Amino acid sequence: MNENSLIEIRQLLSTVCDPEIPVLTIADLGILREVKIVDQTIEINITPTYTGCPAMDMITINIRLALIEHGYKNILIKSILSPAWTTDWMTEAGKEKLKAYGIAPPNATPSVCEPKLFAEAEAIQCPLCNSWHTNLVSQFGSTACKALYQCEDCLEPFDYFKCH
Amino acid sequence: MNIFNAINSDESPNDATLSPNHHSDNKEALLLHLADTTLILSQRNTAWCGHGPILEQDIAITNISLDLLGQARNFYQYAARVINEANALNSSTAEIANTGEGLKKASEDSLAYLRTERAFKNLLLVEQPNGDWGQTILRQYLFSQFQYLLYQQLQQSNDQQLAAIAEKAIKEVIYHVRWSSEWVIRLGDGTPESHARMQLALDELWPYTGEFFMPAEFENKASIGFELDSLKQPWLEKVSELFEAATLPSPNSMKSTFMQTGGKTGNHSEQLGFILAEMQYLQRTYPNSVW
Repeated sequence: MNENSLIEIRQLLSTVCDPEIPVLTIADLGILREVKIVDQTIEINITPTYTGCPAMDMITINIRLALIEHGYKNILIKSILSPAWTTDWMTEAGKEKLKAYGIAPPNATPSVCEPKLFAEAEAIQCPLCNSWHTNLVSQFGSTACKALYQCEDCLEPFDYFKCH
Repeated sequence: MNIFNAINSDESPNDATLSPNHHSDNKEALLLHLADTTLILSQRNTAWCGHGPILEQDIAITNISLDLLGQARNFYQYAARVINEANALNSSTAEIANTGEGLKKASEDSLAYLRTERAFKNLLLVEQPNGDWGQTILRQYLFSQFQYLLYQQLQQSNDQQLAAIAEKAIKEVIYHVRWSSEWVIRLGDGTPESHARMQLALDELWPYTGEFFMPAEFENKASIGFELDSLKQPWLEKVSELFEAATLPSPNSMKSTFMQTGGKTGNHSEQLGFILAEMQYLQRTYPNSVW
């Protein structure tokens, strides 16, 4: 294995998608941290998004499959918890793909959940009609990473990828 | 209960998968305590799935369960690593102790599904029944508020992996604290009925909160880097502030100061037996089954 292998491996990894949000690749999400070849072993470091995210197991399997299908063996995938993943690591391209898919992308300034009670929810733009007249329905949505909003103008509900 | 006896007598999972090495015993016990607590609370909360008062809250509590399960997995995976490393170091003594076959490797699954009640080290609070929605909310609040303070300290631990788990989890815990706090206020300062139910829930759950701050021997010896009871004052302050907004009695005015303990050392209420019987049934009946 050599330099070219690393290039090919990175290319293969860029095809691995989030099983829940299939428009996003693991590179878009910022969970693919590092790829290197150490003593004939391909070492891949990924960082989980939410601790309970069930997609991470699936992603790990898909990474392995993508490489094995192209003849690579000796694959070591490590889940690195620190520094903790933040939506800051999501690429701009990733955010645009999310919006096109109908999920409002995380706001530019990543923030942990405002600990103040009954605080005003973040202003989120409707990904469907672009209105800013939207309401938070619940901080907890269909998956661990999403909150549920509703648009007052087009009246559609939509998911918001929470800032983390 | 033959199934359980049969498995226990052959494998003795409580002995076979736990480390005989005293030095890592404390670290291992601490990790199992943290893992068991989050696992059991997750399991309790999931009973609401499909039964929540409204859809959005059903989803909220199951999301919280998922977060807790994720935390449990991180702790169990780390605990398994600690146990297996200690066993590898002590392989000669371990082989003799276990009929010459060598110890089975511990895994997150063996730790969660094959240990029995006396081996579990979870806080007593989390095994208490769900009760009505108010009781579940209050249990979540009392616990999450403590968990937030605990993880704030653990984040600074000189054990890198423990610090990393806490750093990751605390972001989610803030959502749990906020969600449960808001509900305590809505229900406490709600209708006469909701207020009465919250009062009953408080009477029921309060005696389990003392255990948060009473360290077990392994917590003292594992050098977590801070004193567990140093969290008590900040926790009481937060709780007092919230209870005032919720028109619930202040912690200072609680009728009884008696606190239940024993969870950390394997002395559980009868509740845990039922929880484990349900949770572990599949793995015990069809050992090593996978999806």
